[in-house]
Amino acid sequence: MATYPDPEHALTPSGNLRRRLAYNALFEGGAGFAAFLAVGVLLLVAISIAAHGLPVINLHFLTGSLPPPSGGVGGIGPALIGTLEMVAFVIAITLPLAVLIALFVTQFASPRVGNAVRMVVDVMNGLPTIVVGVFIFAVLIAATHGGFAGWKGIVALSIVILPLITRATIEAISRVPELLTEAADALGVARWRTVIGVILPTASPSILTATILAGARAAGETAPVLFTDSGFGQTTQLNPLHAMPNMPLEIYYLITTLNFQEAWGAAFVLLVLILATNLLARTFLRRAQRKRGL
Amino acid sequence: MLFGLAIGAVIVALVVMVSLLYQIVHSASPAIDRYGVGFAFHKTWQPVEYKLGAWSLIYGTLMTSVLSLIGATILGVAIGLLLAYMVPKRVSAVIGPLVEMLAAVPSIVIGLLGIIVIAPFVVKHVEPALHSVLGFIPLFGPPGLVGNSVFTASLVLTFMVLPIIAALTRDIFLTVPSELRDGAAALGATRWEVIRGVVLPTTTGGIASACVLGFGRALGEAIAVAQVVGATTVAHFNIFLQGYTLASIIANQFTSPANNLHLAALYYCAVILLLFSLASNLLAQYIARRSRYSAGL
Repeated sequence: MATYPDPEHALTPSGNLRRRLAYNALFEGGAGFAAFLAVGVLLLVAISIAAHGLPVINLHFLTGSLPPPSGGVGGIGPALIGTLEMVAFVIAITLPLAVLIALFVTQFASPRVGNAVRMVVDVMNGLPTIVVGVFIFAVLIAATHGGFAGWKGIVALSIVILPLITRATIEAISRVPELLTEAADALGVARWRTVIGVILPTASPSILTATILAGARAAGETAPVLFTDSGFGQTTQLNPLHAMPNMPLEIYYLITTLNFQEAWGAAFVLLVLILATNLLARTFLRRAQRKRGL
Repeated sequence: MLFGLAIGAVIVALVVMVSLLYQIVHSASPAIDRYGVGFAFHKTWQPVEYKLGAWSLIYGTLMTSVLSLIGATILGVAIGLLLAYMVPKRVSAVIGPLVEMLAAVPSIVIGLLGIIVIAPFVVKHVEPALHSVLGFIPLFGPPGLVGNSVFTASLVLTFMVLPIIAALTRDIFLTVPSELRDGAAALGATRWEVIRGVVLPTTTGGIASACVLGFGRALGEAIAVAQVVGATTVAHFNIFLQGYTLASIIANQFTSPANNLHLAALYYCAVILLLFSLASNLLAQYIARRSRYSAGL
């Protein structure tokens, strides 16, 4: 007569298996906790900035001129406008450069030269932002005995942002299906026309997303503008030849002058601006990818 | 025509990089001439008396970066594994971007939060607790009077580096062929055994290069660290006391140097920082190139 396993206990793990499952549960719990912690920290950041910053926000704060260095009440209007203008300039400089470098790496260069350029871009990506600020101070301010100016900050920010867009563009271009470029080649289309007519349009959603994300990054960088664009006045300055007010540096000054009330308000506005841009860029990319069936 | 423009753009980038290296070393030359390599090992930082040494800064930089890297690696890799293998695609499509958004928070905002919220909390609750449990290790000595400390800076850096490591390792894990994992699973391995036995061994190189990249980020962070590290040029073994880092001393002292030699010494700090970040960056690229699954690092 055949012996059947005890139906009561056949499927409950015992001994070795129980230990293995316990290890597994421990690991899964740990990973879940890590994710919970990271998301929790983001929420904590968002909530505590909102809790401290929201009460400060009103129309006067958003549009009014900056508080005097001695402290007191003021707004962030000029800094907000200055940051938007600087980011626009930074993108206008870096986007064409990034696309051209990416085209060189993917279309024109031999694999060896392409890899070398890619390495330089990666090294540039790893530069500490404060070193970039120090560099621009050395060449554009100390060497020429010039003063602080918006355009010097724009140049420093561009050096920080350029490798970000370049890397993303290289990746976006190398993800363009070869079928498309080969079809163009088979029709005898010149390389530059393939680039303009086929490669760039196909890669453009990813390039655009990377550009917006990089712009958001530029809006929040303090270190590159600290030694290049400080000493701005209290009012709006649209001329990049003069020192231009900007959000990160204004928050930095508010902190150093212990004007925390205003600092929270400005930090809240900057954070909302950056996170909203991030969210928009990501949804845009997802929609564009879905449309193309990717 | 397009080729010419592309070459031009590459040359612009090369010129910027080369002149950056040259200019910073050149500006540091008065300090390099006077102190030589010994600058890195000298302990005092007294700008007015021309006694300048970067030992406490290098110590603080490495200490904060290593501590934050330990935390960020454990948490980041765990999150990477979770997003790649353990939760449904829908869930990871929400958690993934949220974690990446943590990286988008500007360092000045984190710094503000650090001074007012994190540092007081850390000195009141976290440091005493760690000291009472791990106090037998000299690193976890008695807490200082204020929350600004090497430990607080490391904590802040951990959450700045974590999203980078999480996003990079997730992409690496997604490139591991499912046949490898399925093979182990078919033999009856639990999820942890599949990861421990198959995924981690095949992706060690990729994970390592992601970590080295994160280390480079931690080294160079200036603004947030400057707010919470305490700004004291003394190298304490106790991480609950104040310290300084290369990047944050530049942020704090560069605009108002006591004399020209002080300024040159700050440039020298930038040179050292640059060497550290170049080394970690090239190491990351080297490891990534040698390993099979590295998500195009």
